[in-house]
This record gives sequence, structure tokens and C-alpha cells, in this order.
Amino acid sequence: MLGLQALFFYLFALVTVGSAVSVVVARNPVHAVLFLILTFVSAAGLFLLTGAEFLALILIVVYVGAVAILFLFVVMMLDLDLGDIKRGALDYAPIGAIIGVILLAELIIVVTGNYFDPQLSVATAMPTPPLAEVSNIRALGSVLYTRYVFFFQLAGLILFVAMIGAIVLTLRHKEGIKRQSIPRQVARTPETAIEIRKVQSGKGL
Amino acid sequence: MADFFSLYFWPGLIILGQSLLFLVVLLVLIAYILLADRKIWAAVQMRRGPNVVGPWGLFQSFADLLKFVLKEPTIPASANKGVFLLAPLVAVTLALATFAVVPVADGWVIANVNIGILYVFAISSLEVYGVIMGGWASNSKYAFLGALRSAAQMVSYEVSIGFVIVSVLLCVGSLNLTDIVLAQTNGVGTMVGLPNTFLDWHWLALFPMFVVFFISALAETNRPPFDLPEAESELVAGFMVEYGSTPYMMFMLGEYAAITLMCCLTTILFLGGWLPPFNFVPFTWIPGVIWFLLKVALVFFMFAMVKAFVPRYRYDQLMRLGWKVFLPLSLAMVVIVAFVLQITGWAAV
Repeated sequence: MLGLQALFFYLFALVTVGSAVSVVVARNPVHAVLFLILTFVSAAGLFLLTGAEFLALILIVVYVGAVAILFLFVVMMLDLDLGDIKRGALDYAPIGAIIGVILLAELIIVVTGNYFDPQLSVATAMPTPPLAEVSNIRALGSVLYTRYVFFFQLAGLILFVAMIGAIVLTLRHKEGIKRQSIPRQVARTPETAIEIRKVQSGKGL
Repeated sequence: MADFFSLYFWPGLIILGQSLLFLVVLLVLIAYILLADRKIWAAVQMRRGPNVVGPWGLFQSFADLLKFVLKEPTIPASANKGVFLLAPLVAVTLALATFAVVPVADGWVIANVNIGILYVFAISSLEVYGVIMGGWASNSKYAFLGALRSAAQMVSYEVSIGFVIVSVLLCVGSLNLTDIVLAQTNGVGTMVGLPNTFLDWHWLALFPMFVVFFISALAETNRPPFDLPEAESELVAGFMVEYGSTPYMMFMLGEYAAITLMCCLTTILFLGGWLPPFNFVPFTWIPGVIWFLLKVALVFFMFAMVKAFVPRYRYDQLMRLGWKVFLPLSLAMVVIVAFVLQITGWAAV
């Protein structure tokens, strides 16, 4: 099975790297976002190959299905002039390069930390349950809701605060707007809503 | 080399053959579902509906297929050509890809994966891309407005669909679609001492969720009364306004494939999949796939009837229903279901 797995790994890796490069060099911003989505999807494919099926699908549901759609919308709504954006692009190259180097260094430290100091990862790593017996989701859930429940709740709280912040920033109470109040509409009865009058013919009200 | 054949080639060929067969049957089924939609709609309005091609108009969908394919595709001059042509492809491919994990009878499934329901949920959350890409690439304000509405609508109702699925999963304890069906052999009916009947299926135990799922499925697939992305009276045809011939047909096909998928999903999650309504002799003689198709047809009949007699929602009402009614309701139901399962010890595993 190894041959086929390697083949798929190179396929997904190639598409991931290729589309990630295209995100940066694409001339049309909408195309750039579409390439970003392709990057996410092929990264999900890489997750699948390592057996992390739950992470792969969550990546698709959350990032591709929700976050990237909002991205796409913002980019589509903006009236972007391609010439203006590309003209200053090279000015940002040094900053981008610095961030890239920092990220690379962090990745190398994380991956090789185990090699230099085995104690480091022993202290943090939970034993991985045998994947043949326990499904991915059960394994994740059994640590997420027991050992890491505090961090889990904290992450939820941070997102909640961010959500409230976004609502507060955009909420406007305009005066003089007629709003629909469903409970008030439902609570109306014929007695309060209509009035029956006797109209004499030829007179009117 | 012999290894290659025994390991990859023959299994691959068998899976390919199964997928092709399934796809052909599915496409024929979709053709008749489309016809049924038009016929039911016509019957409610006391019209005849399509009745010219073949006996009772049975070949109408195939005639339409020929018409769409033979027409000349037109691409607007200011459209973004690549994305314009990619959008219908994305729509139809994603809609058909979800069927890979749908079990139509015991063991009759292309890919019996452990995370089946999550896969369906993930792929159907991508279906909105076909609409957005089509709406944007057309470079027309009607198309773009339709795409805007559609994205907001599909993202909103996905949330409540997700919670409905979670509450079903809590009862089952597995994400495998086959397990979800098999878990419905025990339920409310067997708990009060009756033999295994349709009362065991999840629709009774989780009735509020069944209703929420059905209505959310209508919104998710842009069916009337939630067909605001198309809204022909205001947006002409929404995101599809610039499309014609084969690309238009692919959008149509994708839409009806998504509807068929939602019918299948309702059947699997709430109506017991391929299980017979009464688990004793005359009913168990009929093969499971027939029961499955009958249930899908029943759910689709409800879809079609809703289309025929519910007027279109206003956009703000649609958003209110999704966020202020269904989201709290489904979230509360997840908590209640989890609580009840924990207290009574009925929880699976």
C-alpha cells in the first residue's frame, strides 16, 4: 500500500504548494482566494493520508465551508484595482520574508525538539491510542473534554467575546425605522386590529 | 507485478464499476425526480404538466437533456471565463460526490467510512461555492445579488443542520451511516414493549429535530419557499441568470442531486434507512433498497408539496427563522438529548 500512499502524498503536496504559490502570484484577488481554498482542500487531503480523518473534515467544514466563504465575499465586494495592489507588492517582500523565516524556524524547533531533548515532548505528549481500536473522534473527544476542558472552554470564550465585539461594532440603532415585531403581530386579535363601522350608503365615513 | 494486479488493479476496477453503476442509476433517478417535481406542482395547480414526450411525459427529462446539450453555450463578454465555466462543474461534482457514502441497503454502499455523516456535511458545506463562483463570474448585478443571498442562507442553515446531526449522533454513538440506520432497530417502540416497527425510528424520538432538519434541508438546497437566490420575480433567475445550455443544465443537475441527497439523508437519519416499517413477514420479504427508495420518494413528495403551496419567504424572515428560531431550538435540543441520555444511561457505549 505504501506505493499508492506515496503517490497520493506527492499529488496532494504538489497541489498544496502549487496553489499556495498561486495565492501570492495570482493577478486577480478573487482567483487568489480560490487558490487559497484549493490549498485548504489539498491540505485536508494530506491530513487524510496521515489518518487524521476528523481533522481533515473539520478543516473543510470550518475553513473552506465558512471562513473562506467570508474571505471570498469581502474580496468580491471590494472594488480592487489590480495595478495598484501589485505595484507596491515588492515593498512588503522583506517583511514577508522575515515572517516566513520565523515560521520556518518555529517549525524546525517543534519538529526537532524531540531529537535534541526527548524530555521535552514526553512532558507534553499524551500517549496516542491505537488507531485501529479507537476512532479518531473518540480519541480526540476523550482528551479534549477531560484533560483539556479548561483550554477548550477558554477558546470558546475568546471566540464568543470576538463575536460580541463584531456585533457591537456593527450594530446601529436608527431612529424612525419601522421594525417587524413577530410577538406583537402574533398577539393581535380581531378586536384590537379591526374596527367595524356601519357605513350609510352615499355618505361615506 | 502480480501484486499490483491483486492489490490495486482488480479492487480498483470493481470500485470503478460499482461507482459507475451507482452514478447511472442515480442520474436516472434524478431525471424522474425532476419530472415528479413538475408533475406534482402541476397537479396542485390543476394543470397537466409535461405530458407530450413519451407516455404521460415520462421521457420529458431526457428530451430536456438533449435540448440543453445541443444548444450553443453563450458566455457573456465581460464574464470571467475560467470561473464561469468552473462554477457549474463544481456544483455538480460536489453534489454527486456526497453519494459515495450513502448506504441504500445493508452493505450496499460504495465507501463504508467511519466518518460518513461528517463527510456528507463537509462536502455539502462546499456546495455553496458553485453558487458564489457562478454569481461572481457572470459579472451581473442580479447574479451577484443571488449569490450573496445564497451564501448567507446556506451558511446559516448549515449551523442548525449540524446541530440536528449532532443530536442524532448522540443517540447512535457512531458517525457511520450504516450504524445510524441499524441503531434505529431499537427505539421508542421497543422500549414500551412493542415489536420492532416504524415507531423505533428517530423521527418519533427526535420529532422536533426531524421538523427542523426538514425545513433546514429546504433552505440548504434553495428549494421554495426559501428559493431567494433564484427569486425569478425580483432577481430574474439569481445566480443562474447568465447561464444557458449545458452549464445551466449542470447547475440544475447539481441542485436536484443535492435535493435527492437531502431526501436520502432524512431517510437515513430519521426514517430508518432501508429498514422495513414493520419487522415481520410480508414486509421483510421486500428488499431493503425498495424500502429505501420508497422513503426517499415520500420525503421528496413532501419537498414538492411544500414547493407547491407555501409562498416564498421574505429575506429577513428567512434569516430570523435560521438564527433566532432554529439555532436556539436545535442547540437546546442537543443539550436536552445529551442530558437525557446521560441521566437515563441510554447513551450508546
